Amino acid sequence: MKAFRRDTGLAAPLDRANVDTDQIIPKQFLKSIKRTGFGDNLFDAWRFLDEGDIGLTPNERRLNHRFVLNQPRYQEAGVLLARRNFGCGSSREHAVWALLEYGFFAVIAPSFADIFFENCFKNGLLPIRLDEAVVDDLFERAQGDGGLELTIDLEAQRIELPDGGEIAFDVPLSARRKLLEGLDDIGLTLAQADRIRAFEASYHQRRPWLRSGAGTPEQAAP
Amino acid sequence: MATLYDKIWADHLIGEREDGQSLLYIDLQLLHEVTSPQAFAGLAQAGRALWRKEANLATPDHNVPTDNRAAGIDGIADPVAREQVVTLDDNCRRHGVRQFGMLDVRQGIVHVMGPEQGATQPGMTIVCGDSHTSTHGAFGALAQGVGTSEVEHVMATQCLAQSKARNMAIRVNGKLPAGVYAKDLALALIGSIGTAGATGHTIEYQGEAVRALSMEGRMTLCNLSIEAGARAGLVAVDDTTIDYLQGRPLAPSGSEWQAAEAHWRELVSDADAEFDSAASLDAAALTPQVTWGTSPEMVAGIEGATPNPNRAADPTEADGVERALAYMGLAADQPIADIRLDRVFIGSCTNARLEDLRVAARIVAGKQVASSVKQALVVPGSGLVKQAAEAEGLADIFTAAGFEWRAPGCSMCLAMNPDKLLPGEHCASTSNRNFEGRQGHGGRTHLVSPAMAAAAAVAGHFVDVREWQ
Repeated sequence: MKAFRRDTGLAAPLDRANVDTDQIIPKQFLKSIKRTGFGDNLFDAWRFLDEGDIGLTPNERRLNHRFVLNQPRYQEAGVLLARRNFGCGSSREHAVWALLEYGFFAVIAPSFADIFFENCFKNGLLPIRLDEAVVDDLFERAQGDGGLELTIDLEAQRIELPDGGEIAFDVPLSARRKLLEGLDDIGLTLAQADRIRAFEASYHQRRPWLRSGAGTPEQAAP
Repeated sequence: MATLYDKIWADHLIGEREDGQSLLYIDLQLLHEVTSPQAFAGLAQAGRALWRKEANLATPDHNVPTDNRAAGIDGIADPVAREQVVTLDDNCRRHGVRQFGMLDVRQGIVHVMGPEQGATQPGMTIVCGDSHTSTHGAFGALAQGVGTSEVEHVMATQCLAQSKARNMAIRVNGKLPAGVYAKDLALALIGSIGTAGATGHTIEYQGEAVRALSMEGRMTLCNLSIEAGARAGLVAVDDTTIDYLQGRPLAPSGSEWQAAEAHWRELVSDADAEFDSAASLDAAALTPQVTWGTSPEMVAGIEGATPNPNRAADPTEADGVERALAYMGLAADQPIADIRLDRVFIGSCTNARLEDLRVAARIVAGKQVASSVKQALVVPGSGLVKQAAEAEGLADIFTAAGFEWRAPGCSMCLAMNPDKLLPGEHCASTSNRNFEGRQGHGGRTHLVSPAMAAAAAVAGHFVDVREWQ
């Protein structure tokens, strides 16, 4: 995974609460077996007026010019400003892949849904929780003339504002380390393989009926 | 002193990783075609193997067609969807994972198939790359939806690296009135605490009304935990749980059954266990629920009406209500019973089990789907549900009433297969999400119980099913 330490980007204000992962990346684009190719369909039903299909590029679509990400001033945005309970609904990690591929490196909101929040850290997208009043203020600035450029420093856990102001934020320690060092989560766990193996052996001794599990393919013949 | 969640957590806790994350041992991972291919590919790329192949069980469900099933994979017209199902097949074969494929009578929606096979057992930790994995909590199992990276992590390590959630108790006192079901209970709860009401928590459902629910009802309730923001919901083990499990193909038998049952019986919260938060509901006061908006918390009783943004608590809420009403093509203060339906969908991991189909069939028996309803679909949750429903005559009742009787899968719950709404169409749906476009681009979903969906199909608009009992 790509490490994240510090980055600067324009904030795009997505002014609605409870944005679900079905909106972030609609289901008709989940049929890929790859982790890439989702950015073109980020917020598809809001960004475009026509119903999209896999393979159509944004140039071939009818843009909804009223949608915030389509406004010229928010092109090249790197930070998504959002409202409460962002990323609720489906566990699809495709939502995070789509946000990253579109060009966002951070999402700021008063609250996030649990699975989405976890999925962010597995992919190098930084979710930042701030008090609602602070988010309100950022929305106002981002919607105001000239927009709002934010520098986000993960190591210092600090957002730097253009006027020299700073906003502190807090990211769980384990998640912060993972992002800062771009750690391989599975590798980190497999470092404890002996411990897992020992636990498993004693666990199956305690719960012998779980040893056979769901069986093997040979038993699955129709 | 411990809650049920505390107990299952402690029983599976391996220890802490060097970064402070807890390593939780996972007993079972359910796999389907949409969220597993990237995980299998990741394993291959890193040259890693499955930690324990028999801890995985797969079935295709999200984008399988619900007609022309005899054609198997060749019956999938959409080449991209077909590639996912073929890839699941290949991956299962290559990695030695048991799969109930498209032609297997045991194929079905993962969250219907797992319990039906007895793969889901009390005290287990279960994951699946699907947020409705919370369903399996009905058995007193800690079941969580995970992202694809976590799917791969569990494949490679048999562990989930996570922090413990907080405990939340939801007590449902009293008895559900006739015509009011687990679905209504869940929707009313989400309406009351909101879609983020249980974020960061594991819910335990308690109280007389929960104890009185069948396993099917408990699965419906736990299924919707994620719509209240909780990754997992739990119901303590009792006779209802034990009776359901007896004789299931993957449930233990003989002396192992004795040992398992003894352990399972301990899977209840201690009387003096402390919860970080709590909510309660009076079952007797509940009425049939209908969602009117684009989030499961936007719900009203059948006797009620849509809200008015002028009465919203704050500007964000007013904006949400206004936007939802506009998307749904509804007015403020519009009576719920006036909402007319274009399609009806009875199915999904929330409500496609035999009990759900029985309730719906009882409502439509001898009646006809209203001529104004373009399509009424029944999609059983698994091949075995379908078979059982056909054997007891339910399929005939549905088809005589004008419903289409289909093959199992997720179908119109998320419309990844050809079953979908057209723009502007209203659908009475027994599924779990009424998000914009969920059942098709521009489609308008109203979440209801199977009884309410069946009655709406006959009437052509929402009606109070309590008057049809």
